[in-house]
Order: sequence, then C-alpha cells, then structure tokens
Amino acid sequence: MTEGTAPETATPPRIRAASVSKLFGGNRAEARRLIGEGLDKVEILRRTGCTIAVNDISFDVAAGEIFVVMGLSGSGKSTLVRCLNRLLTPDAGRVEIDGEDICAADDDRLRALRLEKITMVFQHFALLPHRTVAENAAYGLKMRGMTPAARREKAHQALEAVGLLPWADRLPSDLSGGMQQRVGLARALALDPEILLMDEPFGALDPLIRQDMQHELIELQARHRTTIIFITHDLNEALTLGDRVAVMKDGRFSQVGTPSEIVLAPADDYVSAFTREIDRARVLPVSAALRGSMVEGAESLPGVPADTRLSAVLGQLGQGPLRVVGRDGALKGVVTAADAAAIAAPPGKG
Amino acid sequence: MALLDSITSAADVLRPSAHAILPLDKWIQSAVREWLVPVMRPTFRAMQWPVAKVMDGLEAVLLGVPFILLLVLAGWVAWRAKGAWLSAFTVASLLLLEWLGLWAATMVTFAMILTAVAFCLVIGIPLGILSARSDMWERALRPLLDIMQTIPSFVYLVPIVMLFGVGMVPAVIATIIFALPPLVRLTNLGIRQVNRELVEAGRAFGSTPRQILWEIQLPLAMRTIMTGVNQTLMLALSMAVIGALIGAGGLGLTVYTGLGRLDVGYATIGGLGIVLMAIILDRITEAFGSGDAARRRRKRK
Repeated sequence: MTEGTAPETATPPRIRAASVSKLFGGNRAEARRLIGEGLDKVEILRRTGCTIAVNDISFDVAAGEIFVVMGLSGSGKSTLVRCLNRLLTPDAGRVEIDGEDICAADDDRLRALRLEKITMVFQHFALLPHRTVAENAAYGLKMRGMTPAARREKAHQALEAVGLLPWADRLPSDLSGGMQQRVGLARALALDPEILLMDEPFGALDPLIRQDMQHELIELQARHRTTIIFITHDLNEALTLGDRVAVMKDGRFSQVGTPSEIVLAPADDYVSAFTREIDRARVLPVSAALRGSMVEGAESLPGVPADTRLSAVLGQLGQGPLRVVGRDGALKGVVTAADAAAIAAPPGKG
Repeated sequence: MALLDSITSAADVLRPSAHAILPLDKWIQSAVREWLVPVMRPTFRAMQWPVAKVMDGLEAVLLGVPFILLLVLAGWVAWRAKGAWLSAFTVASLLLLEWLGLWAATMVTFAMILTAVAFCLVIGIPLGILSARSDMWERALRPLLDIMQTIPSFVYLVPIVMLFGVGMVPAVIATIIFALPPLVRLTNLGIRQVNRELVEAGRAFGSTPRQILWEIQLPLAMRTIMTGVNQTLMLALSMAVIGALIGAGGLGLTVYTGLGRLDVGYATIGGLGIVLMAIILDRITEAFGSGDAARRRRKRK
C-alpha cells in the first residue's frame, strides 16, 4: 500500500492534505527555505530556532471513513488536526476539503466551513461553564444565526442522540467527565457536520467510560456516515476505531494502514514497539486468519462476516472451524482455531 | 589627616553637583507653564465637560431623593448582594452618618466616587480588552499604568490644578487617574486567563473575534474584572481626602477641615464616614464579583 492514499475508492477524497508542514517559533521563513533544501529537523531547530511540529505530511481521507492519527505527546498530532480546519494555518502545503483549498479561504469562508461542514470535539470538552447543557449544545447553531426556539429544538435532538436530554437545563459542572464529552459531541452533531475532527476526545475519561464512548461513536458513525479524523495516543483505541490508522512520530507518519496492516506488518521498529503490547485478537478481523485452501464441506459450517474481530469468535472456534463470508454473502474461506491462535499470538512467541 | 582631606576634596571634583545643579525641575516647570498649560488648557477644559455633567447629575439626584428612600434602597441592594447582616450594617451605618450631620457630605463623596468609577469603567475595560488582545498594546500600556500607580498623587495635583482649575471636577479627574490601573490590569489578566481550549472551540464553531469576546471571554473573565472594579472603588475612596486639597467637598473636606483646625473629633467623624462607606461598597461589590449574589438569586427561583 502506498503511503496515505485512500483504499479502493473512485470518489474524490473528502479531505486531502498535501505536503502539510507547520512550524512554531524562530525564523520561519528561513526554516521553510531549509526544509526545501532537505535539511533535517534537528539541524533546522539549531539554525533557526524553529520547531517543526508537522513535517511534510500527505494523506487522503475518503467520505465516511474513520481515519485515526495515533502518536505520543509532542508527535504533532494535535497540530496536524488543527491544520485541517485551519485553527492553525500550515506554513507549507495544501489542505483541501472536497477539493477546496482551505488555506486560501478568507475569514468569512472559514467561518462558513466550520459551521456547515467541518466541526470539532476537544480533549478537555471546552464547554462554557456559565451556560446550560442545552445552550452549550446549541452554540454552533447560535453562531449560524438560528432563532432561539429553532436552535433549542435542534440542540435537544442532538442531546437526545447522546442520551443527555434529561440534563438539558443543568450546568456542565453538574455532569461527569463522560457526560460532559457527550455534550461536546452533541454540540458538534447539532451542526450535522460532514467532517468531525476529534482531538483526543476520550483521553481525559476513565477506561470503562472510554470503551462505552468508543462503541457509541462507532454506532453514531454507522448511522450518519460522518467522516471522522480521530486523534489519540492510545494504539488500542486507534485500532478499535480506525478504518485506517496513521502512526505519527516527530511530525511525520511512520506508517499509514488498516489496523491489520499495522499489526501484522509494522513498517519500522517504532511501530512494532507499540504493536507488541496489543491484544491482537481484538484488533484483527477473522479474514486475517483465513486459510488459503478450502476445507471439505465448508458449506455446512456456521458463517461469520469477514470483518468480525477474532476475539468475538474465539469461543465458537473452540467447537470447530467457521466459514467466513463477505458482505455479499459469498464464501471467502475457512478459519480454524489453530489459524486464529497462530495469527493472534504476539510476534516472537509463535 | 591633611592627606585624607586633599584626597576627599580631589574626589569631590568627580561630583557633578560641585560644578552645577541639573535644573530638571526648572525645565519641567517651564515646559508645563509655557507649553502644556497654555497650549493644552482648552482641550483639558473640554475634557472636563462630561465629567462635570455626570458628577452634577449624580449629586443632584443623591441630594434630591428623600433620605428614607435612599436608606431603604441601600438596605435592599446590600440584602440582594450578601444578605441580612450586610443589609442591617448598611442601614445602621447610614443612620449613624445622618445623625452625625454628615448626610450631605456622604452623598457628595458618594457622587464623586460613582462618577470616578463610572469613567474608570468606560476607559479601563476597553483598554483592558485591547491589551488582552494585543501584546503590543499591553507593552505600551504597562509603563503608563506603572507610572499612574506609583507616582504620588501629590505630584500630579499641581499640574491638574493648572490645567483644570480647582473644585470637584479636577478632584474627580485626579481620582480617575489614580483608580484606573487595577481595572485595566485585571480586565487584561481576566481575559488572558480564559482557557485557551475554550477560545479555540469558539473559533472552531465559527465565531467571530467579537462573538468570542462577548460569548466566551468577557463572561469567563467577569469575576476577575469585578475584582478590578472593587479595587478601583477602594482606590477612589482613598482619594477622597486628597481630593479635598484641590477643592472637593464631601467627607474628605470634613477630614481636611478638621485637620486644618486641629479639631481631632471633626476629622475623626469624617474619617469614620469614609471607612463605613468603604466597608459597605467593598462587601457589596465583592459579593457581586464572587457570584454570591447570582447564587442567591438562583436559589430563590
């Protein structure tokens, strides 16, 4: 797979980032010139005092895709996501939303884009403490210039979707962290966005709440087919949610691929260091364990969809092999307990 | 010994004052007298006009309204702000001041303070917003505020008298200069302290800078700004006596007159009036600033 291109799609990408770079501090003009000369990050910092937060990154995201950027703090992932709605303006490169170069957009156009198309959920929720839950959820609608009655109704719908309608007239401080982030999500969903940027949205939540929120997000996404850019520092979360995952380090992508590709074929030592600790059965689909050859009498075996996670069928596999079928119901192959165990075992042990 | 003396006198050659005194005071004197006053006087006289209007209006209202009505009103405001105790204290204090024959003086001082604070709000909050939004403004204003806060007010009383004359209005203007800095500083600080992520969220949800100011920054900075208002009020009160030096009336004049006659009793009751007023105004504005008043209102709903 070539780096950063969306998988098997004919439609134009919803988001395209082309050679995006973002610098902070120092002599940025000089730093840009040195980047052009191909100098590395450390040398540029020494010569110009510029930190390169995002270094020449390119990728496409297809409509309806969940694209996860995973990286540790300081990897530049939050900076990257802020370039996509131009909270930060890239120092080099282009960002296109549905083919429109947003780096060329003026303030009015940017505001329109943020209200109609591309919205955001923040790590620490960023709710207004002096406004009620409903008023917070209606914030974007108010900025759109909607009447109070209309935006209240729309905000209530959004709160209903995240299960918080009974709390509409409370203040955010009355709510738990998980509930506050649902308000943040409702505020974004109230705008019916086509693109949702999520900057470590579950990073501040307890592990259990976090899992619930992940599942809810997957359900919401299945219903609305929103394109999601999801930032996280947690590889498990990245692999659970992502249609594709980009592993980011020092302002660059180390690898971009499907969760299976990341786990089964890590591009370098950095990525494989992360994947070693992963519960592979929870990440890999049964199709990853497919046996090349057909087993006699496969038709009579119980069938599972190809994208089911291995962990979900381990119990069934104990009773015998399973037939794996594609979305159209066509037979793709057969998986056995031994195959599953082999592929789910951590590298170096089996 | 003779050696030591000759060394000392030789060293004295290095002291500039042995040759001539730098006449900086004369230069300032002539600059103010020959340039600032004649050239700028009409401008400054014009600046007096809005202050005079507000001051006269307030004074007329406060002295015109029946005593009992003001007493009830003050008690009610104190009760809304903080509760029964402050309300009782306020009513008792005002009754005492009336009994002491200081009612008119109290109202004159109150009108002065209100006028000065009103102008501080109109000037200080926009300046605070400006310096919160631009580092350049902050850098430009900071030394000015430092000077306003540290220069002894006696120093600028003289040029103020030269430019504005004597009376209530010049005293109010001196008070504005003295009381303005904390409001500018705390407005700036309050806005700058608003969580960055919240401002970012405002931008991400399509707000204009003006909407971010009104929807996010000012409401969240309100507590700090109210602390600034409280500080400004207290500084303004502390100028009441100094204002009397250049012709202001009110409780400050009571103190000043007592001082001139060496009448300790008279000076003390004037001072008592100022202290009582300071306590009442401080508690009320502090309650509004800390959100006590809003909480009480919500509870009652």
